[in-house]
Amino acid sequence: MSNAIHNFLEKNVKPNFDAGGKLEKYYPAYDALETFLFVPGHTTSGKGSHIRDGIDMKRTMIMVVLAMVPALLFGIWNTGYQHFLALGETSTFMDNVLYGALKVLPIVVVSYGAGLAVEFTFAIINKHQVNEGFLVSGMLIPLCLPVEIPLWMVAAATIFAVIIGKEVFGGTGMNILNVALTARAFLFFAYPTWMSGDKVWIGGGTDQAVQYADGSTGATLLAQATEKSSGFINAAGAQYGDTFWDAFMGFIPGSIGETSTFAILIGAAILLITGIGSWKIMLSGVLGAYVMGLLFNMWGANEFMMVPAHYHLVFGGFAFGIVFMATDPVTASQTATGKYIYGFLIGFLGIMIRVFNPAYPEGIMLAILFMNVMAPLIDHYVIQANVKRRNKRLQTVAA
Amino acid sequence: MSEVAEAAEAVKEPKEPLFSKKNKKLLTDPLNDDNPITIQVLGICSALAITVQVKQAFVMALSVLVVMIGANLIVSWMRNLIPSRVRIIVQLVIVAALVILVDQVLKAFVYDVSKQLSVFVGLIITNCIIMGRLEAFALGNKAWPSFLDAIGNAAGYGWILIAVAVVRELFGSGKLWGYQVVPDAFYEFGYFNNGLMILPPMALITVGIIIWIQRAKNTKLIEEH
Repeated sequence: MSNAIHNFLEKNVKPNFDAGGKLEKYYPAYDALETFLFVPGHTTSGKGSHIRDGIDMKRTMIMVVLAMVPALLFGIWNTGYQHFLALGETSTFMDNVLYGALKVLPIVVVSYGAGLAVEFTFAIINKHQVNEGFLVSGMLIPLCLPVEIPLWMVAAATIFAVIIGKEVFGGTGMNILNVALTARAFLFFAYPTWMSGDKVWIGGGTDQAVQYADGSTGATLLAQATEKSSGFINAAGAQYGDTFWDAFMGFIPGSIGETSTFAILIGAAILLITGIGSWKIMLSGVLGAYVMGLLFNMWGANEFMMVPAHYHLVFGGFAFGIVFMATDPVTASQTATGKYIYGFLIGFLGIMIRVFNPAYPEGIMLAILFMNVMAPLIDHYVIQANVKRRNKRLQTVAA
Repeated sequence: MSEVAEAAEAVKEPKEPLFSKKNKKLLTDPLNDDNPITIQVLGICSALAITVQVKQAFVMALSVLVVMIGANLIVSWMRNLIPSRVRIIVQLVIVAALVILVDQVLKAFVYDVSKQLSVFVGLIITNCIIMGRLEAFALGNKAWPSFLDAIGNAAGYGWILIAVAVVRELFGSGKLWGYQVVPDAFYEFGYFNNGLMILPPMALITVGIIIWIQRAKNTKLIEEH
């Protein structure tokens, strides 16, 4: 069957797009769609000492998308679960999934539609092939947004992020900032009322008529923590039972894909086993966050600082950011030593911003964007140090 | 004695028409090919700071125009008197005096805008475009070309400022010149003003997009690799 389709494409469709064909101008668009379906004939050969694997970029990106599927599925279920929980109604598994799918899937569709439209336009104008980078960004964007975000805002942010964050620098592989986080930061600063507060995290929460059931606040754990009400862990515990466990499993309000640390860990395992995500960045990131958490525990100036360090690892977007966004190979440090420094500082700064600045409870986003900018600098010094060390060795040998 | 006068007469160039080709270029070049903001990247600080509203940007552009014309003319007239070792401080005194004049006029006639512009009127003194033109042009040219050069550069600065302000006020507050232009129906339909437009980073990005469009249209500006 697939062979028949391939033959049909090669014989009847492709000539239109080849040089001299009617639709020559749109070859990039055709190529992008064809390689979605079939392995292209032009992968890198396995020769050369620096090439470990002949996998092409589209397969790499698809693996990352696959790794995000657990978080997406959990996010869909949790959207429904939080909605019915907040209303105080009982719901079955299917109710949750159906409600969540109706809420989440439009955001995914809009994100992909808007982003790919921009990518295809630029590919055709610049006469290069459509790059696969957006496959991942298009899935990351919905997963890091609140469920109640208006769809036109998703489209505006995606278009902004792809053009200003990526295309002006030369497209996939040339961007300085993580595209998905650029989109999120755009929304965070442009439409703050839709990115924080206690209405947007729960499906249907922005509807005026909705009344939350007793004990449900609708705010994320981070937002509750920054209010610094005394004994927040216990207060949250009254709502959630075991706060740490619920936050780990993800039965809490939050951005669509980031609530469940468990689902994210499944994704992390896929990334690590296939060797696509950098374990150096993930490990040092977790370490950085934990160290900062411990430092705050020792300081203990307010209620939020007293939150045990390991809670920081399961709250908010930390796990999601460190697994899927910090490891973005384009914007992260390239050198091995640089990766440790880069990851550590993301965790460290992320928790610092989270605790110090109540206006920015989601410090991980800002920390990753900041370190994206710093990554080339880190690499520069790592390489310079290496050059210096080897020069010194050369001199000792010569002497 | 008369010989010297004759010699001077002979050396004197033939009289140039007021709007010769060269003089016209002084006016039009800074608008596009040699724009102070988008090509020379001068005066960026004020372009970021006071482009939230069109009214502010317009008043700022006008102030810079007045200061620039005054400074260019005075420096051009004095160019043979100013010792080159102290020329910067002399230029500064001239510009500062003009800025204080402008500031007083703004306070007297458009007090609210003057309040909003606050320190940025005073900072015209340090505007790199003005110092740049004094150094690069007025010190070495006669009064009339200097006058044209001042108008050209101030206009080149001004139109970018106003263009950025139009974008930022339209998307950031839904207004132009303080009047609402985005219809209420939009807001009822779920449209929201973009808070990022009010913040300085968006001014930088807007200037960047203007540079992008300008270079796409004006292929002379594209550097060779």
